[in-house]
Amino acid sequence: MLQAKIFIRLKPNVLDPQGKAVSNSLHQLGYVKVVETRVSKYIEISFDDDNEQAVEEQVQKICADLLANPNTENFTYTIEKMGTV
Amino acid sequence: MRVSVITFPGSNCDRDTQRAFSERGHTSNLVWHKDRDLQNPDLVVLPGGFSYGDYLRCGSLARFSPIVNEVVAFAESGGLVLGICNGFQILTECDLLPGSLLMNSGLTFICQHQYIRVESANTPFTRNIPVGRVLDIPIAHKEGNFFIDPERLKSLQDNDQIIFRYCDRDGAATSEANPNGSLDNIAGICNIQRNVLGMMPHPERASTEGVVSRDGREIFAAIEDHFDSSR
Repeated sequence: MLQAKIFIRLKPNVLDPQGKAVSNSLHQLGYVKVVETRVSKYIEISFDDDNEQAVEEQVQKICADLLANPNTENFTYTIEKMGTV
Repeated sequence: MRVSVITFPGSNCDRDTQRAFSERGHTSNLVWHKDRDLQNPDLVVLPGGFSYGDYLRCGSLARFSPIVNEVVAFAESGGLVLGICNGFQILTECDLLPGSLLMNSGLTFICQHQYIRVESANTPFTRNIPVGRVLDIPIAHKEGNFFIDPERLKSLQDNDQIIFRYCDRDGAATSEANPNGSLDNIAGICNIQRNVLGMMPHPERASTEGVVSRDGREIFAAIEDHFDSSR
């Protein structure tokens, strides 16, 4: 079993109002050194497959076809064996 | 005119939209998203709502409903497609329209009357409406903040594809009149072929008897005008 750990991030030029609101709250809590917050999505997908190359090909396609919107988002991922630390 | 309104799981403006057209004397059908037959329409409407619970991104999962393949084929063969609110989001997700609808800059769901300015009469949806005309059409959304990269924004501007802009009562498209942070105050755009229109405001909520504004009727009348002239 392999697991893909996928991050979907807004592109740097896309405004993130959620991140801005979180920054404002952090400032109110006294974390005055916070300069920016960006909110992302984290997705885990498990595969019944031990072939890393085959899984990676699928993950690449899954991200491009569905999980990320190419207009506004970038994606990165790692692929790990499940049950290992 | 034969109108097919698509019902996705989570659509909630499908019946209002169907009724808006049937009250105007059209054959207006609801088509379930798992169907593969559009029922020979002259116009397809993707209505507002929360298809698939807005999971992942608004409109992203509706793209995989079987009927959407038919909608794309219909649009690519020149058929008229109108996407309202969630329908607009779905049209961008299936690449029938460029750009994306992001979370409102104020982070809140906005439900209010909204003035929009007609920017082009060169579409079947705005035919014969004077450019600059201000319409009062309600909005109700949390993800209506239109975003596109600068290059493609310029392409929208250069090709007269921006059809509605948010504005004030006097028609000024100011930042104060922009409810959600949309780039260039964009409230609605069409594709390059001009047969697909997406708009965040709800014309079907401004058309029937007993509501405050009936300005949505001008858009429906424009579509009828186009239909009559093309027969």
